[in-house]
Amino acid sequence: MPATRPLHLAVALDGPAQYDPAYYVALARLAERGALDFVTLGDCFARPGLDALAVLARVAPATERIGLVPTVTTTHTEPFHVSTAVATLDWVSRGRAGWAIGISTTEAEASLFGRRPAAPADALWREAGEVADVVARLWDSWEDDAEIRDTSTGRFIDRGKLHHVDFRGGTFSVRGPSTVPRPPQGRPVVVVDGTAGVCREPAARYADVVLVRAGAPEQAAALREDIRRRAAAHGRDPDTLRVLVALAVDLGVGEAAPEPGLAAGPPLAGGGPHFSGGPVELAQLIAEWHSCGAVDGFRLAPIAPHRDLERIVNGTVALLQHRSLFRTFHPGGTLREHLGLARPASRYAPTTRTPASTQAGGAV
Amino acid sequence: MTAARRQLHLAAHFPGVNSTTVWADPRSRSQIDFSSFEHLARTAERGLFDFFFLAEGLRLREHRGLIHDLDVVGRPESITVLNALAAVTDRLGLAATVNTTFNEPYELARRLASLDHLSGGRAAWNVVTSSDAFTGENFRRGGHLDRADRYTRAAEFVRTARGLWDSWPPDGTPRRFARHGRHFTVEGEFTVPRSPQGHPVVIQAGDSDEGREFAASTADVVFSRHTAPEAARAFYADVKARLARHGRARDELRIMPGASVVIGDTDAEAQEKAAEIRLQQVSPQNAILALELVWGRDLSSYDPDGPLPAVDPAPCPDPDSGPVRGRVRVADPLAVAAEWRALSEAKGLSIRQTVVETSGRQSFIGTPAGVAAALDTYVRTEAADGFVLVPHLTPGGLDDFVDRVVPLLQERGAFRTSYAGTTLRSHLGLAEPVWEG
Repeated sequence: MPATRPLHLAVALDGPAQYDPAYYVALARLAERGALDFVTLGDCFARPGLDALAVLARVAPATERIGLVPTVTTTHTEPFHVSTAVATLDWVSRGRAGWAIGISTTEAEASLFGRRPAAPADALWREAGEVADVVARLWDSWEDDAEIRDTSTGRFIDRGKLHHVDFRGGTFSVRGPSTVPRPPQGRPVVVVDGTAGVCREPAARYADVVLVRAGAPEQAAALREDIRRRAAAHGRDPDTLRVLVALAVDLGVGEAAPEPGLAAGPPLAGGGPHFSGGPVELAQLIAEWHSCGAVDGFRLAPIAPHRDLERIVNGTVALLQHRSLFRTFHPGGTLREHLGLARPASRYAPTTRTPASTQAGGAV
Repeated sequence: MTAARRQLHLAAHFPGVNSTTVWADPRSRSQIDFSSFEHLARTAERGLFDFFFLAEGLRLREHRGLIHDLDVVGRPESITVLNALAAVTDRLGLAATVNTTFNEPYELARRLASLDHLSGGRAAWNVVTSSDAFTGENFRRGGHLDRADRYTRAAEFVRTARGLWDSWPPDGTPRRFARHGRHFTVEGEFTVPRSPQGHPVVIQAGDSDEGREFAASTADVVFSRHTAPEAARAFYADVKARLARHGRARDELRIMPGASVVIGDTDAEAQEKAAEIRLQQVSPQNAILALELVWGRDLSSYDPDGPLPAVDPAPCPDPDSGPVRGRVRVADPLAVAAEWRALSEAKGLSIRQTVVETSGRQSFIGTPAGVAAALDTYVRTEAADGFVLVPHLTPGGLDDFVDRVVPLLQERGAFRTSYAGTTLRSHLGLAEPVWEG
C-alpha cells in the first residue's frame, strides 16, 4: 500500500557560489545527520562556481553515509570522461555516487568550448539519453568478478569478462570497455529532472530517480504515474524508479506562516512552485503528499542553505522521524540501499542477460 | 655558515597500471579502492613529499586484438581521486596526468582550478599528448591527430588554460576571455576565481626535442626518465639551458626523474631483493609478451627459459602511427632484435633473462644510508632536482623509504624537516605566477 512505501528525502546544496570546501562539508554532514538519502549539487559551465563533481569528491571522505549527486552535463563533455568520473566518485565514496544528468543549451556555454553551436533542448536531451545509455554500458563493461589475480597463469584479469561496448550514437561513438573497474554500486544512481516534456522520455528510460515539480499532490501523482507508465513501456519495472518532488523551500518565515502548503511567492532559482513556511508545516506537507501515494519523496532546495538545512534537519526531519515516517539512521552503506534500489547485474554477464537489458539502447 | 644547501624534492607515483607493479605479491592490495590511495598519500605526506602523482590511461591496452591481461588493469579517474585525497591530506601536492588531445581547455582548466581551490593550492597537472587513433575510438573527436600537431595543440591548450586562470584578477571580478587559436576558440567568462597558488603547477613528461622545448617554455616540473648518471646530467644541462631562451631562470623549472628504490640491511640483501622484484615484474608470460611486441608475431610456443627466436621480427608498418604493437611503439624492430640477440649470446641469457636485462629501469639499490647518499649526490651534481619514486607495491611500497631513508636524508641536510608552506608551489620553491590579465 502507498502509505508503507519508505519516504525518501534529499537536499540541494545549491546557492551562491562558494569556493571553500569547508562550506560544502559542513552542509553535507548536516544532511547526513538527518539521515537524508542524498545531497545534490548543480553545475553549469557559464555560472560562477566550482566543478560540482569535484566538490562532492572532496566531500566524500569527510562523510560516511550520505549519497552524493553532482550534476554533470552531457552537451560539451566526453561521454567516456563522464562515465569514468562518476564511476570514480562511486569508488572514492564507497558506493554513494549519483549522477544528475544535465544539458547545456546556451550560446554562452557553447562559446566556452567552440566545438558546436548551441542547440535546442529536445536534440540535446536525445543526445543526453544516448550518453546515459553508453555511460551505463561502460559501467557494465567490466563484469564484477573480472579481476582474478590468477598467479598460476600470470593473469591479473579474465579478459573474457571485459567487454567492448561498441556504441554508436547520433553524435558520438565509444569503443570501450571502461578504464575503471565496475563501480561499487554496479551503476551509480542516475537522476533526471523530468519536469519539462523533453526530458520525460529519457528520465523514464534511464533514470533511477526522477525529479518533478508540482504544486499539488494530485499533480505530482499524475506526473509520477506518467513516468511509471513510460518506464514500463521501455520494459522497466516501475518500482525500480523513485519519483521525488523538487521543491524550493524558504523556512525563513518560521512560525509566522499561517497556512501549511505551497506559497505563491516570488520565483526562486529554478522556477516552479516553492514552499514558504516553518519546518513543522513542511513536515506536514511532506507527510500528506507521501501518505496519499503521490510521491516517493522530496528533493528540497533551501533558498538559504545554512539556515534552512538546519531547520529541515532539526525541525522537519526530526518531526517526521518522531512520527516514524522517516528513518533515524542509514541502515545501508550505499545510495542504492538508501533508495531501496537493487544493485544491477552487468548486462554483459551471461547468466543475467534478459530481454529488458538487450533492448535498452542504441548500441550496434 | 655556507650558502643554503640544495635540497631534494620527492614525489610519489601511485603504482597502478604498468608492468612495474607486482600484483602477485601477497602484500599487494587493491589498485582501485580509495583506501589504497589514502594509504600511499598519507605515507608520502608523512615523508614530507612535494606531491603525489597519478598516471592516466584512456583506453585499456590491447595486444594482438585482445585486452592485455597480465599486468594491473583498471584505475579510477585521476582528478576525482585527487579531490577526495584533498580531504585526507593537508599539505601534499596532488598531481593528475591529463591528456590534451582528448580534452577541451575550458573544461579541464575549470576542473584543475577546482582541485586547486578544494585542496588549498595543491593541484598539479601533468600535461601529456597522444596521437593515437586507438585511444581516439573512445572520444567524440575520434581518431588520429598528426604527430606534428600534438605539441602545437598541447602548447595552445596550456596557453588557453593559463589565460583562463588569469582571466579572474587576484582580487576582482572576472574579465571576459577570448582566444581564437588554430586548435581552440574559447570565449566567455571563467567561473572559478584565481586559485590559491595562482595557477596549478604544470608538469611535463616528454623527452623529444619538441617535448623538451615545450617543458622549457611552460612547465614548472619535468618528469624525466633519465636516471643513469651521465644521461641524467646531460638531460638536466640541456633542459636548463633552454630556459634562458624563453626568458626564464634556471630555478623556475624542477627536473625530477622517475626512479625506483630497493633497500636492504646490506648491499647484498638489497641486490638480491631487487633481482627478485625484477623476476616478479617479468613473469614468463610477460617475457613472451615483451618479445612479441618487438617481433610483431605470435611467439606463444616459445619457452621463456629458452633462447631467443632465430627468425627475424616482422617489419613495423608505420612507426608513427601509435601503439601498433599494443603497448609500446617499437620504431625499428630489426635493430632491437639484433641488440637483444647480441646481449643474449654474449651473456648466455634466456628470453626472460634478456627481457629482465633490457627492460630494467634505473633503480637506487642498497642500504638506507647508501640510497640516501646516492640521491643526494644526484642533486648536488645537477643530475636532478629530485625524484618521482615509483614503488612496485600498492599501497605499502613507500613505507620503508619514508621510515628508513627520509630520516637519513634529513640528517644530511638534504631534505626538509617540515613543510615551509601550504601550497605545492611553496614546496617546490616556485613563485606564484604573476597575474597577466
